[in-house]
Amino acid sequence: MINQIIDRRELAPAVTLLEVVAPRIQRRWKAGQFVIVRPTDHSERIPLTIMDSSPERQSISMVVQAVGKTTQETVALQCGEAFADLAGPLGEPATIPAGKRVVCLAGGVGVAELLPVARAYRDAGNQVIVLCGARSNEYRILDTELRAGAGPVHWATDDGSFGFHGNVVALLKTLAGPGAFDEGHVIGPIPMMKAAADATRDWHLKLYASLNPVMIDGTGMCGGCRVTVGDSVKFACVDGPEFDAHRVDFDELARRNGAYRTHERLALEHGNGCRIGLDVR
Amino acid sequence: MKPSPPRPKPDPKAPRQPLPLLDPALRHTPAEVALGFTGEQAKIEALRCLQCQKPTCIDACPLNIDIKRFILRMVDGDYAGAHEVISEQSPFPGVCGRVCQHELFCEEACIVGRRWDPVAIGALERFAADHARLRMQELVKGEPRKPTGPKVALVGSGPASLIAAYDLVRLNYRVTIFEALHRLGGVLAYGIPNFRLPREILHEEIARLQNLGVEFVTSFIVGKSATIEELFEEGYEAVFLGTGAGLPYLMEIPGENLAGVYTANEFLTRLNLMEAYRFPERPTPVHVGKRTVVVGGGNSAMDAARWARRLGSETTILYRRGRAELKARIEEIKHAEEEGVRFEFLAAPVALYGDPHGFVTAMECIRMELGEPDESGRRSPAPIPGSEYRIPAETVVAAIGQAPNPTLQRVTPQLHTRRGKIVIDEAGRTSMNLVFAGGDVVRGGSTVILAMKDGRAAAAAIHRALSPNGGNHDQPDH
Ligand SMILES: Cc1cc2nc3c(=O)[nH]c(=O)nc-3n(C[C@H](O)[C@H](O)[C@H](O)COP(=O)(O)OP(=O)(O)OC[C@H]3O[C@@H](n4cnc5c(N)ncnc54)[C@H](O)[C@@H]3O)c2cc1C
Ligand SMILES: Cc1cc2nc3c(=O)[nH]c(=O)nc-3n(C[C@H](O)[C@H](O)[C@H](O)COP(=O)(O)OP(=O)(O)OC[C@H]3O[C@@H](n4cnc5c(N)ncnc54)[C@H](O)[C@@H]3O)c2cc1C
Ligand code: FES
Repeated sequence: MINQIIDRRELAPAVTLLEVVAPRIQRRWKAGQFVIVRPTDHSERIPLTIMDSSPERQSISMVVQAVGKTTQETVALQCGEAFADLAGPLGEPATIPAGKRVVCLAGGVGVAELLPVARAYRDAGNQVIVLCGARSNEYRILDTELRAGAGPVHWATDDGSFGFHGNVVALLKTLAGPGAFDEGHVIGPIPMMKAAADATRDWHLKLYASLNPVMIDGTGMCGGCRVTVGDSVKFACVDGPEFDAHRVDFDELARRNGAYRTHERLALEHGNGCRIGLDVR
Repeated sequence: MKPSPPRPKPDPKAPRQPLPLLDPALRHTPAEVALGFTGEQAKIEALRCLQCQKPTCIDACPLNIDIKRFILRMVDGDYAGAHEVISEQSPFPGVCGRVCQHELFCEEACIVGRRWDPVAIGALERFAADHARLRMQELVKGEPRKPTGPKVALVGSGPASLIAAYDLVRLNYRVTIFEALHRLGGVLAYGIPNFRLPREILHEEIARLQNLGVEFVTSFIVGKSATIEELFEEGYEAVFLGTGAGLPYLMEIPGENLAGVYTANEFLTRLNLMEAYRFPERPTPVHVGKRTVVVGGGNSAMDAARWARRLGSETTILYRRGRAELKARIEEIKHAEEEGVRFEFLAAPVALYGDPHGFVTAMECIRMELGEPDESGRRSPAPIPGSEYRIPAETVVAAIGQAPNPTLQRVTPQLHTRRGKIVIDEAGRTSMNLVFAGGDVVRGGSTVILAMKDGRAAAAAIHRALSPNGGNHDQPDH
């Protein structure tokens, strides 16, 4: 059945892999693209990156970190249940060069979003090194898949419980310097992407960031996902989500993504049965 | 059957019946504002029709609805019959009776209007539709029909595709509508607010199409989920592109990306499609602060401003031209005023300012004056140097127009476009064989009824192309 969940695994606390039947998307998607999901018929539309696919099972997989109402509704679905809506593949595929020295940086659930891009780099004949960040050892995900599909993987953990003690950008700086890479791809929390862009400004490195603004339709219709890149405004859902990291206005992106923080808390509390006195009826 | 009483004579001199409206003091919910005629009013208004020998209204209607005949049915009190007459041409009288700009088409052509006020054709159409709702169950009874003719794909579920579907399915084509969003109707679903078009009306009229055998596929983005070529490979014999003009223009002023600054599409989508007015019962929020400034002068601007008023915001529409140049339906402008929307004419935004958290707090504006008329005959506005001033605003909505969404065009380079709009010939044909287009994707921002006119023309062209000998595809083995 279309949109049905056929595998569901917890990779780390609050991080869940969902494999969903989606024959069309499976046939057409490319690394860097995403889907819009409405987990239930009363949910918001949220973007999730396509991590993997299986032609045999006619499926695609996503990895979801439960951070708020809709992601929680998403991971609450069990095998056999189905998303109310699933649209994609959306956005432009990642830019994949050939024969280059490439560094991939990812943090948190971004590691899952990176996997297909890192694989595509390697498959196109690039030399790939992957640096991943996690809160602690138990939050590390997809290490085996990255090693098998992309190249050597180095980990940084915030508490030092595995690998480098510190963040992934600090790790990058200890491992390499200007001229070490031709291209790079960064995906993760906004402060991390910004730090990566700042750290590599003089490295003669073309660095792409895969951005995660708030999206509504994901089809280029609302402009809610707009980001400033250099001196132009782009719609991340149709022009991106990948952009030149050195030209992205990350501070603006952070402010825009934080714009609904109070609302997001309210939505969550409402969902948890706490009715906060806004009852209209 | 008892003999029917003699039909009363037309009475065009009777005053045009005003549409009863919801009291402005009660307009703080999404409840519909225009309430529709009472039965008594419908009788009086129907009798105002002269039943002309040569009814100019019918030619003026882009769908050629037999206005004269449906009004005559109403004179006889046969409202179901009136609905049936309208249905010969359009299954959407509930929608069109509410949102079509009748003043520019049928009512403009109405002979009665030469001496008195024209017959309120739109309100009568709506009355017939509302009456038919009582028997919707009967209209959509039983299993959906199963057409057997060639397969036709219609892309987008706005009015252009919907009417094309109606025409094609009646000719027994197997019609599939592919829609990118999770709801059907195009702008009717995400743009036009509930207080102008209650969603039940839209859903019921679309359900009629479903019952006739039209198949709907949502969350399907042609160009992404499948290309046009792939639709042909999957057995569709013709494709109609009714993808609309959904790409919002930005103001391109400093501060535009502050939080609280929306395009009309985002603002309206949050409210109409995602029902943000019910937040947190519904998960999508919207920021509406103490003061809202809506930039623009068309239907989107009115709709956004009227929503902002309903959410309790002091609301101003800022328009760079004058009142006479407003492009919205006259009724909408009136309603906005009744609801307390303030208009500021001959002014344009130049910059937005925010607080340290990145939320908009003020708009810098500049006064405009109208210069000489340009080629289009419209006087173009020009800023008056040194006339800048600032107004506070916690919410800003840019309702300054839309261009066609480029998604499909980007992956279909062989599709001939001009400034983003798909180019078609008189028959609605694009540069690709058996691919047709119409509505806003061809015209840029336009109107519901012109989109329907295009959809109808394209359906006829598709029929000519797929069935050169005419006739409908009633052979199961076609
Ligand atoms: C192109 C794209 C691809 C994405 N891919 C994935 C993915 O593969 N897996 C995954 O888990 N998430 C992904 N995200 C992020 C995901 O869409 C958001 O986490 C989700 O929309 C949050 O919805 P919510 O209702 O659960 O939380 P909300 O209640 O909306 O927010 C809860 C918290 O999450 C933060 N947040 C909200 N939206 C975003 C966002 N877009 N990015 C980051 N933080 C956000 C809020 O600031 C808040 O602190 C992607 C986002 C984009 C734009
Ligand atoms: C806020 C607002 C208020 C308006 N009010 C009025 C009014 O009162 N009266 C009036 O006459 N006109 C009004 N208009 C104009 C009118 O709504 C439009 O002219 C009309 O809807 C155009 O119809 P359409 O079928 O061409 O496209 P649309 O209604 O725009 O529908 C196009 C549909 O195609 C879908 N789509 C786009 N690309 C793809 C793709 N690649 N694959 C699948 N689906 C796709 C979109 O999601 C959308 O649902 C208003 C417009 C707006 C924005
Ligand atoms: S999410 Fe609406 S335009 Fe990108």
